[in-house]
Amino acid sequence: MIAGLQAYLLVGAVLFVCGVICMATKRNGIGVLMGVELVLNGANVNFIAFSKYTALGLDAQIFALFVIVLAAAEAAVALAIALNFYNNHLTIDVDKANRLKG
Amino acid sequence: MTGETLRNLLMTAWLLPLLGFAIEIFGGFWGSRKSRVAAWLAVACIATGFLCSASALVVWGNATGWRVIAHDEHHGDEHHGDEHHGDEHHGDEHHAADSDAHAAVNMKSRNDQATTIGMEPGNWVTTSVSADGNVADADHSHDAPTVYSGTLYRLATFGGLELTLDYYIDSLTLVMFTMVTFIATCIHLFAIGYMSDELTDEYVDHFAHLSDGHHVHRPGRFYRFFAFLSLFCFSMLGLVLAGNIFQVFIFWELVGICSFLLIGFYTERKSASDAANKAFIMNRVGDFGFLIGLMVLWTFFGTFKFGETTDLSGHVVEAGLFQMLPRSEGGDILLDEVSGEVLIGSMTAPNPENSSRTIPYSLLIVAGLGVFAGCIGKSAQFPLQTWLPDAMEGPTPVSALVHSATMVAAGVYLTGRFYPMFTQEVLLTIAYVGCITLFVAATIAVVATDIKKVLAYSTISQLGYMMLGLGVFGWGAGLFHLVTHAFFKSLMFLCSGSVIHGCHHEQEMPKMGGLRHKMPITAWTMLVGVVAISGLAIPGLVGLSSFFAFSGFHSKDAVVATALAFVEANPAHFLLFIVPLITAGITAFYMFRLWFYTFAGSPRDQHVYDHCHESPAIMTLPLLALSIFAAYCAWGGEQGPLYGLITGDQPAYIAHGIAGSVTLPGHDAVHEVHGTAGILAMLAAFSGTLVAWVLYGAGWINPGEIQKQLSGVHGFLINKWHFDELYDSVFMRPMHIVGKFCAWFDRTIFDGILHGAAKVTVVVSRWDRLFDETVVDGFVNVIGRATHSAGLSLKTIQTGNLRQYVMFIVAGVVALFAVVLTTFPG
Repeated sequence: MIAGLQAYLLVGAVLFVCGVICMATKRNGIGVLMGVELVLNGANVNFIAFSKYTALGLDAQIFALFVIVLAAAEAAVALAIALNFYNNHLTIDVDKANRLKG
Repeated sequence: MTGETLRNLLMTAWLLPLLGFAIEIFGGFWGSRKSRVAAWLAVACIATGFLCSASALVVWGNATGWRVIAHDEHHGDEHHGDEHHGDEHHGDEHHAADSDAHAAVNMKSRNDQATTIGMEPGNWVTTSVSADGNVADADHSHDAPTVYSGTLYRLATFGGLELTLDYYIDSLTLVMFTMVTFIATCIHLFAIGYMSDELTDEYVDHFAHLSDGHHVHRPGRFYRFFAFLSLFCFSMLGLVLAGNIFQVFIFWELVGICSFLLIGFYTERKSASDAANKAFIMNRVGDFGFLIGLMVLWTFFGTFKFGETTDLSGHVVEAGLFQMLPRSEGGDILLDEVSGEVLIGSMTAPNPENSSRTIPYSLLIVAGLGVFAGCIGKSAQFPLQTWLPDAMEGPTPVSALVHSATMVAAGVYLTGRFYPMFTQEVLLTIAYVGCITLFVAATIAVVATDIKKVLAYSTISQLGYMMLGLGVFGWGAGLFHLVTHAFFKSLMFLCSGSVIHGCHHEQEMPKMGGLRHKMPITAWTMLVGVVAISGLAIPGLVGLSSFFAFSGFHSKDAVVATALAFVEANPAHFLLFIVPLITAGITAFYMFRLWFYTFAGSPRDQHVYDHCHESPAIMTLPLLALSIFAAYCAWGGEQGPLYGLITGDQPAYIAHGIAGSVTLPGHDAVHEVHGTAGILAMLAAFSGTLVAWVLYGAGWINPGEIQKQLSGVHGFLINKWHFDELYDSVFMRPMHIVGKFCAWFDRTIFDGILHGAAKVTVVVSRWDRLFDETVVDGFVNVIGRATHSAGLSLKTIQTGNLRQYVMFIVAGVVALFAVVLTTFPG
């Protein structure tokens, strides 16, 4: 069976939803970051699929590359935040990080 | 080269007192109020200035071969040159300022040096030019006036108006410099003694009272007095050196402000500050005329300079004021044949631009009268004479220097300096002003009892003589009297200062008497001055007459003789001779009255007599020095060296006289009547002296009786002819009435308008405030409150819970999809 565009989009959607659920349920900061990675890669799968099946072509692949680079940068920054948060609070429970609430 | 040397010497003499002033005033009281440093500094400055001036006179004399003195050889023999000659080269103060010594010495070399007179090829600043070469006289070509003029510094340029500091050096300048610096040196020395009671940390001014009745206590102001004296000397010398009329005006005002500062030196005394104000304000009245004269001159002549401006090669590029009024052979001012206006042009520098210019004759008169108005104010002439007696509030050295010898002489000096610009009408005005002044002041002096007031009125009267002399075409006579008067009047003022100092500030003559026993030097030097001013001499004795004829005799004789020559030519103006002749008698009377009152007879107030003492040497030495000059500075009279020096560079047209509606006598006419006038004047003087001796010396007639008999006249004179009251009612009262009306107008009309406007503004402001507070503030507050409450309600959803935010994102994405799908189905 030849996989069509919908199959790819379905995989992307599954990854996206997994990532969102991971973000919404994990209290561990590293877990939340992993959820973010899943969301981003779900989007990447969509881009690559559009690259193959639509007129976007190489542009979509360029977008995917950007997303990967941005994800790496985001991970570096977020891990630094997580480390500092741990240094200050001896935990990385995101529920504890609510001191900036209104 | 001579010009540069003269310029440098006179500039040194001029600027040194300024340097002294700066050091004295900024140096303060040198650490101690008891320090005399400032005084000695001032003396050093002015004495150096005197040496420079005297050297300049010698330089000038050598350059001109002493022609002005030596032209009359049979009088040259009498000069006793040898006895003074040694002194001059030692720079001694007593040395002959009038340089008669050099007459005999240089006469021998006159012929050799005569060739050096005349045009010297100099650069643009130093040129020797002929000031008044309008009447060229072939016989006396070597007598052509030699003037050194040029520019020292350019102050500013406004379009075509160039304001510069110039110098104008002729024999009159040099004589004035020497006279002023010599007298100032004597007075500085005298003041060291006179002002010594200021050498204290706490000076008690017995004439100034506080509101609680106590005397004023203040620190001594010794140094400040000498600083002001130095500034005054600088101003006066600058005035004499000035090479343009505007510069004269600058220093004129500087002299005025120095006078103000010195009259008001005892500033705590109300009388002193009032007198200072009075002097300053009355001078402003005259200066107003001066300014008008300056405007006319600038408008029509386009320059303020006296002398010519030359370029580097010595060619004349611009004529000065004195060259711009060409005169005919007869000395008349040339008129344009078509318009009848006065031609402006130059004989020495024919300038095509200037050749067609003219000035209306009437405006030339206005210019002359305007400048003369300034002289009236400065020289205390009628009708502005009332400030000078009040100016006696200053310390006595000030009276001697400022208000007798030099500053008031500035008016006479300027009249003489500006002579070529005066028309005959102006000269006649000058003569009458002088005539009225000399009579009015002399009559007041007769009844004055304050020793300084007598001298003050005598000064006014003598200044009147000078003006009269100038007005009747006696250019040399007026200025001759100026110089001799400076010597004997400064002498007499210093003597009176010595008396006042010795009598512990007692100035009323009725409380003195017999003081010659206590103060012999003061008394006898004063007698020299009194004889000099009275014009006494012993007639007939050929050998002795010049020894006993003191300076005042010669100079007053010259004035009276010129007046007589003038009256003979113009019988209608007979008063111009009669009045000064009578006044000569009155002068002798009041001066001898002063001397008898003060020094002769027996003491009237034993307390004053017991406590008075002769002044210290520093005060009597200047008296002795001055008395020598008061007696003999005019040696030889009109053939003598001083007169020769003064008239050495006189405007050339003067010697021959001018015939016209008012005939102005030449020197020949004066010479003819000289004997008659001399005898008449001497008779008047002797009768005045005799009356004074009868009344006050011998006491044969009690003056009190005469005073009772003539109480009306006495009261009139005591009240100074009611001039103060007259000015009070004519000028002050109307001014007060106008002032009161203006005050009322201000208070009711202007203040009413202002108050109304203020009230309207207040009402409008109230409404404005109400609008602001309700409408504007209300609108802003509503917005603010709405924003605030919105913020409060929105803050509850910002929980800080990361997972909740994610849920919001999910909900948002779902909602977005729902919206997109429902809005764009398919």
